[in-house]
Amino acid sequence: MSGYLAVLVVVLIFVVIFQIAKASEYVSILKGEKKARQQSNRVNGFLLIIFLVLGLIGVYYCHNALKGKIFFESASVQGEGIDNMIVWTLAITGIVFIVTQILLFWFSFKYQEKEGQQAFYFPHNNKLELIWTVIPAIALTILVAIGLRHWFRLTSEAPKDAAVVEITGKQFNWLIRYPGKDGQLGRKFFKNINDANNPVGQDWDDQLNKDDYMATEMHLVVGKPVKLIINARDVIHDVGLAHFRLKMDAVPGIPTTLWFTPKYTTAEMKEKTGNPDFVYEISCDQMCGSGHYSMKANIVVETQAEYDEWSAKQVAQYTVAHPAEAPAASPAADSTKVVASNLAK
Amino acid sequence: MSNEATLHSQEVIHGAAHAHDHGHGHDDHEHHEGGFISKYVFSLDHKTIAKQFLITGIIWAIIGAFFSVLFRLQLGFPDATFPWLESILGHWAKGGRITPEAYYALVTMHGTILVFFVLTAGLSGTFSNLLIPLQVGARDMASPLMNCMSYWAFFLASVVMMSSLFVQTGPASGGWTAYPPLSALGDASIGSKIGMDLWLISMALFVVSQLLGGLNYISTILNMRTKGMTMTKMPLTIWSFFFTAILGVLSFPVLLSGFILLLFDRHAGTSFYLSDLFVAGKALSNEGGSAILYQHLFWFLGHPEVYIIILPAMGMVSEILAVNSRKPIFGYLAMVGSMFAIVILAFLVWAHHMFVTGLNPFLGAFFVLLTLLIAVPSAIKVFNWITTIWRGNLRFTTGMLFSIGFVSTFISGGLTGIWLGNSSIDIHLHDTYFVIAHFHIVMGVSAFFGTFAGVYHWFPKMFGRYMNNTLSYIHFWATLIGAYLIFWPMHYEGIAGMPRRYYDYSSWESFKQFNDLNFFISIVVIAVFAAQLLFVFNFFYSIFKGRKVQSTNPWSATTLEWTTPINPGHGNWPGEIPEVYRWPYDYSKNGKDFVPQTVPLSPEEEKEGH
Repeated sequence: MSGYLAVLVVVLIFVVIFQIAKASEYVSILKGEKKARQQSNRVNGFLLIIFLVLGLIGVYYCHNALKGKIFFESASVQGEGIDNMIVWTLAITGIVFIVTQILLFWFSFKYQEKEGQQAFYFPHNNKLELIWTVIPAIALTILVAIGLRHWFRLTSEAPKDAAVVEITGKQFNWLIRYPGKDGQLGRKFFKNINDANNPVGQDWDDQLNKDDYMATEMHLVVGKPVKLIINARDVIHDVGLAHFRLKMDAVPGIPTTLWFTPKYTTAEMKEKTGNPDFVYEISCDQMCGSGHYSMKANIVVETQAEYDEWSAKQVAQYTVAHPAEAPAASPAADSTKVVASNLAK
Repeated sequence: MSNEATLHSQEVIHGAAHAHDHGHGHDDHEHHEGGFISKYVFSLDHKTIAKQFLITGIIWAIIGAFFSVLFRLQLGFPDATFPWLESILGHWAKGGRITPEAYYALVTMHGTILVFFVLTAGLSGTFSNLLIPLQVGARDMASPLMNCMSYWAFFLASVVMMSSLFVQTGPASGGWTAYPPLSALGDASIGSKIGMDLWLISMALFVVSQLLGGLNYISTILNMRTKGMTMTKMPLTIWSFFFTAILGVLSFPVLLSGFILLLFDRHAGTSFYLSDLFVAGKALSNEGGSAILYQHLFWFLGHPEVYIIILPAMGMVSEILAVNSRKPIFGYLAMVGSMFAIVILAFLVWAHHMFVTGLNPFLGAFFVLLTLLIAVPSAIKVFNWITTIWRGNLRFTTGMLFSIGFVSTFISGGLTGIWLGNSSIDIHLHDTYFVIAHFHIVMGVSAFFGTFAGVYHWFPKMFGRYMNNTLSYIHFWATLIGAYLIFWPMHYEGIAGMPRRYYDYSSWESFKQFNDLNFFISIVVIAVFAAQLLFVFNFFYSIFKGRKVQSTNPWSATTLEWTTPINPGHGNWPGEIPEVYRWPYDYSKNGKDFVPQTVPLSPEEEKEGH
């Protein structure tokens, strides 16, 4: 019922607007075309300058209202460069934005049609045109130069001591694989995939696979570079790391990589953001089907000791897939603990 | 002009048209009875075809915009249910809440419809057809038949696309870019079943329409200009349509090839785009393809496409700003030159859509450089527009207001392109709401403002009547304010990393703080949509009931279309096609308000060396 009422109200508003519009057209015919034009010119000229003033106030208000909703500090070392770029680009484009908008609307207001005013025949001016070709070109060259420096840094090879984690996208969740104590990921092949116990298709004949373990959460050590090996199983996904300012597509058949150094542990971020529920989330940033919006995995950034404790508890996927051999696998699990405790020391 | 006089002049025109194209042997002596089909349906008259494109475009725009209202309901009211949604969408909105599948279908169709059917066919189809013959001084297009076929190919494309909305598994739902493997595998997404085939067929027909139209526009501009109309005496509108057509003709075939390969992958078992896939519980046999190849083929059109959308708007805005400032456009040659630069660069920047696909960083560097380079001609254009209104004598017709709005939104949206074109910033902002804000402002809102400016400005030429002024002004202000309220705050969501194409953000600790903002945006969307309905009403009402145009040149403009009768028949000019002596921007020169292009140079002007 209220639905019909709402429609009725809207229709009524339309009818009223239409009647006013029709009436004002008759009035303007009576007044004469020229007078009507002068009048609407004054009104619109006034509105244009009002729009400029309220618009600029609105931009300021909007900024104040929304800046608190963004935690504008990169949680990765690499992201600092991106934040820095954003600030510089904002400064340059912001100035251009304000100046050009002011000129546009102020000129519109100032030079509105007036009795006896004559427009200035000004078809071109080489000097002016040269100035506003060269200045933007210089400004953009600077932005390109700074941008590319960051770009090559961001896409450079990961340091040798970087931890390696593999992340594979599938509809609609992330599969995370750690290389285990040998630090190397085993071979995989998509035809080995089996959702019951081999979700990424590890090749069990490869010795490197014996200690690789799968995780539902990604655990990273604060201050230690990590290299992500990114894959997809079915369609294109994208590893979106909003707080680290990074992302990279996950393309079936074409592995991609991304590396970064987390700056703050999850606990530190909870404090910094003032949000006790804070969690680093991996979002899928490439449309991947009906569950795209729910494709999430969490990242826990922690100290080395916490990480070691966690990693020691993980069970190799090989063991999961071969329960019959479980006793044989247990010494391996023990040795992981030994390594872990050694590292902790 | 009285009705009788109009009728009489139409008869004269018919005679002329008949004499002109006697080779076609068509027979339309009686212009009321019997001629309906040839006059209004399969018309060869470029003006009628323009109106067909415009009205089809308007219908698509209403549908496309309505889809955005529907998915904004989901984003703004994620917990609410609307029983009426179930009445119109059935099981796609079970219990009154749009399902994720329906949400993605709506998003995909919104993009496809607006980008291709409205802002390509509806914008350049309408105004290229209407203005090219009228402004270069031709009786019709180089090939009126091809022109007619171009519209009907578009119509067929529309029918196929429309029918895809009604198939059981729904229309395509993998985004308007239709990236494989998602778009190639019916098992990966319900929208990739028959809906995707219909989408591809429709788009193929659409490409055919674009090529038929584009080749025609180019040949008309190159070959059919009236005496004296050298290339540098053409209005900037014509230059912009010329460049638009070249872009389309060179890039749409690449898109088609990409689509054909996709069809093969879908149905012929090939592996152009597919490799290493495990879908719906089984491994597929495809190996060796590259999903990224499709993106290269797609964006080779996809990027020029945004200029196909914006160039005609730029051209029309240049013209309308000059007419209503009573001043020549500033820097005519720089305007042509910057459009030319944009056309060349448009072909060299496509991979900036692919910075995070794992593209070779060295290759990416070139795309950064070329992308930011494109900001230079864009900046030149903006400064020239602003200088055009400087010291003018401005008449705020609705066309003029929308042109000013165009410059404003083009600046706002263009500047954020400098953010996104820089690959290191793009890593963070790619596929977030920042991108949504950027391209909606710069090629959505701006292109629409250009379209509206064109419709309001040339409505008197199209229908011999004016649109209602009060409704037009309300429409302008509601749209300008609304557009900024909708898209400006989205930049902030994007900087926080909020991904696009999400059905629901409430489970995300990183993004759910924007729920209030999403609610606000959705409310504004509904209001702005209602304001567009005012325009639609005004448009159709004014065709029949609008105030009649009394003079052939209501805006006191210099260009040739205003030398035709108020309601020109097929053939445009009753007598000889006028000859052109001067450029189209002699406003306020030597104390004269304006000098039409058809007026010979005075002796003093000759001496100045024109």
